[in-house]
Amino acid sequence: MHMHKFEKIWLIFGISCLVIFLTVVGVSAFYMGNKPPSCLTTIDPEKVDQTKPFDKPGLHKVEGKEWDYELVYVASAFSYQPAQVEVPLGAKVKVMATTKDVIHGFEVAGTNINMMLEPGYISEYTTTFDKAGEYLIVCNEYCGTGHHLMFSKIEVVK
Amino acid sequence: MISSAAAKVKVDPRDAKLSMAHFFVAFGALAIGGLMGLLQTLVRSGKFELPWGIGYYQILTAHGVLMGLVLTTFFIMGFQYAAVSRTAGTHSPAARRTGWIGFWLMTLGTLMAGVMILLNEASVLYTFYAPLQAHWIFYLGLTFVVVGSWVDGAAQIMTYAKWRKNNPGQPSPLLSFMAVINTVMWIVATLGVAATVLFQLLPWSLGLVDTVDVLVSRTLFWYFGHPLVYFWLLPAYMCWYAVIPKIIGGKIFSDSLARLSFILFLLFSIPVGFHHQLTEPGIDPAWKFLQVILTFMVIIPSLMTAFSLFATFERYGRSKGATGLFGWLRVLPWGDARFIVPFIGMASFIPAGAGGIINASNQMDQVVHNTIWVTGHFHLTAATSVVLTFFGISYWLVPHLTGRKLTKAMNKLGIIQAWVWFIGMAFMSGAMHFQGLLGGPRRSAFSTYGDSQQALDWIPYQIAQAVGGTILFIGIILVLVIFINLAFFAPKGEEEFPVGEAENLQEKAPMVFENWKLWLGIAAALILFAYTIPFIDIIQNAPPGSKGFKTW
Amino acid sequence: MAKAELKAKQHTQVEDSSSLKGTLASVFLLGLFIIVSWVSVYYLFVDRF
Ligand code: HEM
Ligand SMILES: [Cu+2]
Ligand SMILES: [Cu+2]
Repeated sequence: MHMHKFEKIWLIFGISCLVIFLTVVGVSAFYMGNKPPSCLTTIDPEKVDQTKPFDKPGLHKVEGKEWDYELVYVASAFSYQPAQVEVPLGAKVKVMATTKDVIHGFEVAGTNINMMLEPGYISEYTTTFDKAGEYLIVCNEYCGTGHHLMFSKIEVVK
Repeated sequence: MISSAAAKVKVDPRDAKLSMAHFFVAFGALAIGGLMGLLQTLVRSGKFELPWGIGYYQILTAHGVLMGLVLTTFFIMGFQYAAVSRTAGTHSPAARRTGWIGFWLMTLGTLMAGVMILLNEASVLYTFYAPLQAHWIFYLGLTFVVVGSWVDGAAQIMTYAKWRKNNPGQPSPLLSFMAVINTVMWIVATLGVAATVLFQLLPWSLGLVDTVDVLVSRTLFWYFGHPLVYFWLLPAYMCWYAVIPKIIGGKIFSDSLARLSFILFLLFSIPVGFHHQLTEPGIDPAWKFLQVILTFMVIIPSLMTAFSLFATFERYGRSKGATGLFGWLRVLPWGDARFIVPFIGMASFIPAGAGGIINASNQMDQVVHNTIWVTGHFHLTAATSVVLTFFGISYWLVPHLTGRKLTKAMNKLGIIQAWVWFIGMAFMSGAMHFQGLLGGPRRSAFSTYGDSQQALDWIPYQIAQAVGGTILFIGIILVLVIFINLAFFAPKGEEEFPVGEAENLQEKAPMVFENWKLWLGIAAALILFAYTIPFIDIIQNAPPGSKGFKTW
Repeated sequence: MAKAELKAKQHTQVEDSSSLKGTLASVFLLGLFIIVSWVSVYYLFVDRF
């Protein structure tokens, strides 16, 4: 099998680009803590309301952790608890969410907070809310007739 | 000499009939699915509501199933069946009978699933994620589609095997080889979806078991879901590699490299399903990243394809005396629908492929996951690159099979059709990409989300999508007109089934390419490597199962 | 002997790389497009919280 010189040049160039892309995201994920949301904790989906911390949805200040606040959401067709929160600008927040019924999405539009909520699993993402403004949380995975009516709001305030 | 004789080879009329049967279902699906697509864009613009209490998600399910599963599978099986008949010889009666059984199984399954969608018993979208629970007839219908496609594909494999037996030590005809690679990849991939439907969803929807393990089901689904998109793409690559060179009057740049790239697709398009589950809980991030790396491997054969195609065009152009860096572009047959329609598809694969690399880039998926960007992306890959190539193929294949000719008028209409599609898609897909980057969700009817400013900012993009959708729908009407003309009304005559020849005939493809034990062995090893440990993890750490929900 | 020569000659003709410079330019433009798109979205990822 014979390969043209230019094709070799192209493949070396192309594969190098791919390796660079992978290195950039790999280093960012595993050395800088930007892994995609992959929480491994499970929960009984029928007992969400009785299980900590989901028995108290909302924003909670915490002490002695790497983050300042925990923002806890419970999703079910077709709403999120809480429906509205205010987060202080610059706060480092661990967002924790789960679903009581079908699969839902949890996307804070215009941010990197974008994760699937699956029955039986807790989804988490930790980030610093460093831009003020009103943010819409949308359900971005189909969950039924009211899917496009399922939202919540976060206000990041000074 | 050989080539002029080969050019006259016709697909046997008995085989032609089966191929055409596939195409009728495929284009029927396109007609209904296209109407649904138009309605979706209209609803999403906020200026239109569906009449008679029809639900948005009901039509979206119909659109996804008809376009993503029915149109594609039927067209591909029909095309590959004809391509094998053309290049490896007429199918034996046994193979043909097998093909027909497969066809009817798939058709029956389609009808079952379709009726359930119509009755609003299965508004679960074409991905049917548990614990949304559709009617069991819907799942059984999908099973028939998949099993039917196995039987249908077996016909191609039988004829390929016969050719190999009659021509020991010879590399098989390129198009047959490619068709069989795609069929084999499909069979290996559909084992995943068959497993979740047969062992999880069917018993659960029948009430035989109470709960379902959601993550296992999703993982099995996406084991299938990624190769599914390559199953759509490879027939387009067959046309680009092996048919287009003949149409323009050039040569296949390298027969061996074309085969090599198909083998790489077989190996690397399956063990990568986690790249659809990057933002999911319950899967270890290290295993996600491993599959991301494997996903990047499957980009390599597409890089090879890009080079081969440009090289075919440039070699041809220079043989016609073109000079300068890009002079060869000018001499390509721009007035030939058989060339330009797939060519627009190829060009669309540039932004489509670039978008795909972004989607697969591990945490970068958080920017785009389940936003309408993704819908924009696969309307470039599937609904433009692949589908325009399929249209381009039908413009010669349908008259070839029906003993008619592609007339000048239809040729011209075909070219217009492709440009209409391209313009409509530029609006629709372009607007979807930008809206997605702003966070607009996919799979969503019109909503202002409590008059949120962010959601209000999305509306102009949704209106642009409706403009694009309307133009695209005109494109659908045009292609249906052409199809019906070529199937029933075009003048009788002979239309060539173009099959390209390699530039360098001395260079025989290495026989190792036909060593199925080797490639299937490596493919299995890669799948086991990428999936065994995380899959065991998922099962061992499983939460309590989910009962079914009907939330529509 | 003559035949072998002929073959070798044909071979060098195929090898003539200057005739694929348009292809090389095209694929590099493609590569550039991929890099620009990827970097733009990566920028969005880094910029957002
Ligand atoms: C007239 C042409 C078309 C129009 C106007 C159109 C429009 C749309 C729209 C607006 C959506 C997204 C809706 C949403 O996420 O809420 C969609 C989804 C989809 N389209 Fe199309 N489309 C067209 C053609 C095609 C073709 C030819 C294919 C396949 C080859 C296709 C495959 C799909 C698939 C698989 C989905 C995903 C459904 C889902 O998310 O469940 N479409 N289409
Ligand atoms: Cu939803
Ligand atoms: Cu994929």
